[in-house]
Amino acid sequence: MTLDPHIGIVGRAAPRVDALAQATGNLRYVDDLSFPGMLHGKILRSTQAHARIATIDVSAAEALPGVHAVLTGRDLPVAFGLLPVSQDEHALALGKVRHVGDPVAAVAGSDPDIAQRAIELIEVEYEPLPIITTIAEAIEVVDEPLHGEGPANNRHREVSLDFGDVDAGFAVADHIREDVFFYEGSNHAALEAHGAVALVEEDGRLHLFSATQVPHYLHRIAAEVLDVPAARIRVTATPTGGGFGGKTDVFSHELVAAHLARVTGHPVKLVLTREEVFYAHRGRHPVLMWVKTGFSDDGRITAMWFKTFVDGGAYGSYGAASLLYTGQLQTATYRIPAYRFQGVRVFTNKPACGPKRGHGTPQPRFGLEVHLDKAAEDLGLDPVAIRERNLVEPFTTTVNHLRITSCGLAECIERVVESSRFRHKHRNLPAGQGVGFAVGAYMSGAAVPIYFNDMPQSEVVLKADRGGGVTVYSMAADCGQGSTTMLATVVGEVLGLEPSELALVTADTDLTPIDLGSYSSRVTFMAGNAALEASRKLADLVVTAVADQLEVDPDTVSLGKGAVRAGDREIPWPEAVRIAEAKWGPLVTTGTFRPAKGIVGDYKGAGVGPSPAYSYSACVAAVDCDPETGFVTVDHVWLAHDVGRSINPLLVQGQIEGSVHMALGEVLMEEQAFRGGLHNGPSLLDYKIPTVLEMPQVESILVESIDPEGPFGAKEVGQGPLLPVIPAVVNALHDALGIRVDEVPLRPDKVLAALQGLARNGTARYGPATIPGYPFRSPLPVEPPPNGTRA
Amino acid sequence: MLRLPPIRHAAPTTLEEAITLLQSEGAVLAAGGTDLIPNLKRRQHPADVVVSLRRVGGLRGVRVDANGTVRIGALTTLATVAGDSRVPAVLREAARSVASPQIRNQGTVGGNLCVDTRCDWLNVPDTWRQAAEPCLKAGGEMCWVAPAKKVCWAVSSTDLAPVMIALRAEVQLVGPVGARSIPVEDLYRMDGLDQLAKAADEILTEVAVPLEPGLRATYLKLRRRGSVDFPILGIAAAIHLDDARTCTAARLVLGAVASAPLRATHAEDALIGRPFGSEAVAAAAEAARLLARPLQNTDLTSRYRKRMVPVFVRRALDELAGD
Repeated sequence: MTLDPHIGIVGRAAPRVDALAQATGNLRYVDDLSFPGMLHGKILRSTQAHARIATIDVSAAEALPGVHAVLTGRDLPVAFGLLPVSQDEHALALGKVRHVGDPVAAVAGSDPDIAQRAIELIEVEYEPLPIITTIAEAIEVVDEPLHGEGPANNRHREVSLDFGDVDAGFAVADHIREDVFFYEGSNHAALEAHGAVALVEEDGRLHLFSATQVPHYLHRIAAEVLDVPAARIRVTATPTGGGFGGKTDVFSHELVAAHLARVTGHPVKLVLTREEVFYAHRGRHPVLMWVKTGFSDDGRITAMWFKTFVDGGAYGSYGAASLLYTGQLQTATYRIPAYRFQGVRVFTNKPACGPKRGHGTPQPRFGLEVHLDKAAEDLGLDPVAIRERNLVEPFTTTVNHLRITSCGLAECIERVVESSRFRHKHRNLPAGQGVGFAVGAYMSGAAVPIYFNDMPQSEVVLKADRGGGVTVYSMAADCGQGSTTMLATVVGEVLGLEPSELALVTADTDLTPIDLGSYSSRVTFMAGNAALEASRKLADLVVTAVADQLEVDPDTVSLGKGAVRAGDREIPWPEAVRIAEAKWGPLVTTGTFRPAKGIVGDYKGAGVGPSPAYSYSACVAAVDCDPETGFVTVDHVWLAHDVGRSINPLLVQGQIEGSVHMALGEVLMEEQAFRGGLHNGPSLLDYKIPTVLEMPQVESILVESIDPEGPFGAKEVGQGPLLPVIPAVVNALHDALGIRVDEVPLRPDKVLAALQGLARNGTARYGPATIPGYPFRSPLPVEPPPNGTRA
Repeated sequence: MLRLPPIRHAAPTTLEEAITLLQSEGAVLAAGGTDLIPNLKRRQHPADVVVSLRRVGGLRGVRVDANGTVRIGALTTLATVAGDSRVPAVLREAARSVASPQIRNQGTVGGNLCVDTRCDWLNVPDTWRQAAEPCLKAGGEMCWVAPAKKVCWAVSSTDLAPVMIALRAEVQLVGPVGARSIPVEDLYRMDGLDQLAKAADEILTEVAVPLEPGLRATYLKLRRRGSVDFPILGIAAAIHLDDARTCTAARLVLGAVASAPLRATHAEDALIGRPFGSEAVAAAAEAARLLARPLQNTDLTSRYRKRMVPVFVRRALDELAGD
C-alpha cells in the first residue's frame, strides 16, 4: 500500500475549502444566527477603573417592557479563569470592578434597542479606589491591590530561573552588553467582533454557539460557572472572522448569553461592539525588558540574562504562561550555554492581556534581535554573521530543556539574505533608506495542555459511507488559519480524494472528538497527525478489503484520484468502500496525537516552551524613513519560513503575508494604550492598523525541513512569521538613519526624538532608560540537560 | 459602536421644507451622513429628527458659470469632485485625501465643510465618556484637553475648508429669510462647540470656487495612514508669482491645528512682495509654526504636530516653486 505524499494533494496551492462560502457571504458567522423568539443580550460595563460596587439597582431595567431578565454578579458567582492557577474572574463583577469595561450586569431584551435602554436604566453606585496603570506603580505595595487583601503589591506571577552557570558565562565573556526595551500592547483587532448565541434545545440541553477558538475550554468553564453537567451542554464554535488569539479565552459574554438563555427560556444573542472588543482585550502584553549578554570576541554568546516586566491588566487570563513565554524561546534560535530568566507579571487597572499571535514571544524577540544587532556592531561583525555564529543546531536540546528537532533556520537565513541582497544593501544605501535583519522561532503546539491530563490533545474520527462519502470529525476550530482545509488536505492526500469532496464536521462538542483548540499553533501538527493516523487506518481497511476481493497482495494496491488500483484494475472509491464495509462493517477510524514523551523538563515553569517541533523564520525588511517627519515606510519584506512541509503553500503564503501585516501594525503604529483607565481610541478609526496602502511587497520563501514527527513533515506557520518582522524593521531604521528606537511602535515622534538626540549630543537613542529595581527571588538553579547545548 | 438611538428621519423634497424642519427642537441636518451617523451612534449630541437633504433637488453636480466660477452643489460627493477635471486640481486632491473610497462615495462637499470638530476625548461611545467626567462638548462643565479654561478645543477636521479658503471660495447659505453668500473663511469661528457661523436653520447649498489663472496651489495633509484618517495637520497654500518670481499674492491656511481653519496671515506677509525662495519660505514656515497651537486631542502628540507645521509649509511652498 502506498501512502507517501506523491498523490500531490499535499503540497498543492489550493484555495481554502470554505473560500467560496466566505467570499460570497454564505458562511454563517455567529452574528448571522437567528432563532425564533430570540432575545438580545447586552452587558453593562464598568465606567470605573477600580472601585467597589456599593449598590446595584436593577429595578428600573427589570420594569422596562420587553426586558426578560437582568443578571448581576450574584447570579453567576463561580470564579473562573482559563488557567487553573488563575481563577480570578467572574462572569459579572462581584463586589469590585478592576478596569473600565469590566462586566457589571447584563440584560436580555426583546430587541437590541430595548436591551440597550435597559442597561442604561441600571443604577450602579461605585466607591472609587486608587488606580494602578503602570508597571512601576504595580510593583509598589499599596493598600488596595487589584486582587486579594492589602497592603500588598500587584504582582501576579514571578519567575526566576538559572540554566547553567550564568556567572561563569559572564566571567569568561570578552564583551558584555546591556539593553533596555519597551514593547507596547496591541489588540488582535479581528474584523469580526466576539459574539455568542445560546439556547435551550428541545431536550433541555444548553446549546452555546460562540465565535471561539477553544470550544473545549469554553465547554469546561461553562459547565463550572453555570453549574450544569458538561454532558448537558453543547458548544459549537462558529466560523470566526479572525481570531489571532483574541478568541482563545472564555469571556463574560459567552457565559452571560448561556445563562440568560437558561433563565429566560429564549434563545439569546450577545455580540460585542468594537469598543467592547477593545475593552475585553486579552491581547499583546506591554513588556518592559532588560537583556545582558556576554560574548566572546568572535561573537559567540557565553551567557545571557533576560528580565521582563509584563503588564497584565486586571486579570490572570493566560498570563502565567505569557510571562514564561517572555523568557523561554530565546534559546530556540541561539545556543546559549548559560541563561538566567527573571520575569514578573503585574496586575493593572486596564483590560486583561492574554495571547496574541506569538503569545509572549514577539516582545522579547524584538528585544533580543535588536540587542544582537547592536552587539554585532560593537564586535565589528555583520548582523547575519553574529546570528550564524550562535545558531541552534537541529536535533539538540537547549539549556532550558527544549528539544529541538528539525531546524531550517540556517537555510531561512541564507535564502532571505540572498534574495534580499542584504549584504549588498546593509550600510550601503543612501541616508534615509535601510535594511534590517532578524530571525525567530515558534512552537508547533504547546506540549503541555492547559489543564493537566493524560488524554490525547487531538483526536480525529473518519467515517466512510456507502456512497463513498468520507466525513472528517474534529474539534479543531477554524479561526481563519485554515485548519479545516488542512484536515481535508491531509485526509484527501491519504485517501486519494479531493479535499473539496470531503464532508467536514468541526468544532462541535456534541459531534466531534477532542481538539484542545486553535492556540499555540498546535492544530496542523496535532490534529493533522491525528487525521493522518485515522486516514491511514481507513485506507488500510479499504485497501485490504479490496486486495482480499481481488486476491492480490495489499502491497500492490494503491489509492489515488478517487479510485483504488491493483495492477491494471481500477475500482472506483465508492465501490471500494462498499467492498470494505461488506468485509469490516461500519467504516469508522480514529486517530490521536500526543506529544512524544520526555520532551518537557522537570523544573517549575518547564511546561511552557516545549513543543513537538519549532518553526523558524528569517526576515529582511527594507525601509524608507523621512528624517524630517520621522515617518517610517516599509517598502519590502522578505520572509523565509521553515514550515517543515507546506501542506498547502497558498495558505502558508497567506499566513506569512498576514503575519507581516500584523507585525507592521505592531512595529509602526498600533497601541492599546490608556489615559488613566480609558482606552486612547477604542475604534478602528483611532486605533491605527496599516491599510492596504501601508502594506509593502512581501516575498515569501518557503523552507521545508521535513520534521520527522510532523504530518508529512509539517510544522506551524500561523504565528512564527510575525516574530522577526518587528526587529527587522527596527534594525532597518538604524541602518537608514543611524538611530536606535528601543521601543515599539516606532511612532514618528519617537524617531524624531532620537534624531534630535543624535544632533544635540550624539545620543542616537529613544527608549526606556532603566528597569524598576524589583527584588526578584534568587534564581532557581536548573541543571542543563545531559546532552545539552554545546558551549 | 452602539446602534442609532431612536430617531425620526425626515426626507423633505424642497429646501423650504427642510429649513422648516430644521427649526424644530432636536433637528440635525444630514447630507451623506458619514460624519453625523457615527456621531449619533456614539450619542455625541441628542437628536430627535434627522433632516436628510437627499431628496432635495438641485444640490448635486459641478458646473462652471459664465464668470468662470466653478459651482459645486453641496450634495456633490467627494468622489465626484475628486474626479471632475473642471474642479481646480488642488481641490480635487484635497477631496481625494478625505477618509476612504467608500466614504468619498457617500460623503459630500457640504458635509466635509461642516464636518463636526473632533476630539479624542469626545469621539468615543457614551459609556466611555461617562467613565471620564463629561466634557463641555458632551454637555459637561470642563475640558479634558486644557482643563484650566472652560473652552472647547475640539479640532476642525475638514480637508476641504483650508483649500477652499486658500482659493477664496464662497458658500451659499439658504435660510428662512433667503440666501446669502459668504467667504468660506467666514463660515468658521474659533469654537470647538459651535464652529459654524451659520444659523441652525441655514443650509449650505453651494460652493463657488473662482478660477484664477496662474494660481499655484497645493494641499498637504498629515495623517498616520495613507487612507481613512482625518487630517491632524493640513496645509493649503496658494500663491501667484510674477515673471521675476516675486510672490505677488499668497494665501496660506492651516487645518486641524485649532477649532477652525487658520489663515496664516503673517506667513503670507513673509511671502508677498518678496522673491520666492528659500529665505521667504523659511520665514513663512516659522510664522506658521508660531501660529499653530495643536493640543493633545488627536492622533500623535501635539508637540509633534506643531513641529510638523513648518516642515509641511516649507514642503507645500517648495512644491509650488516648480516651473
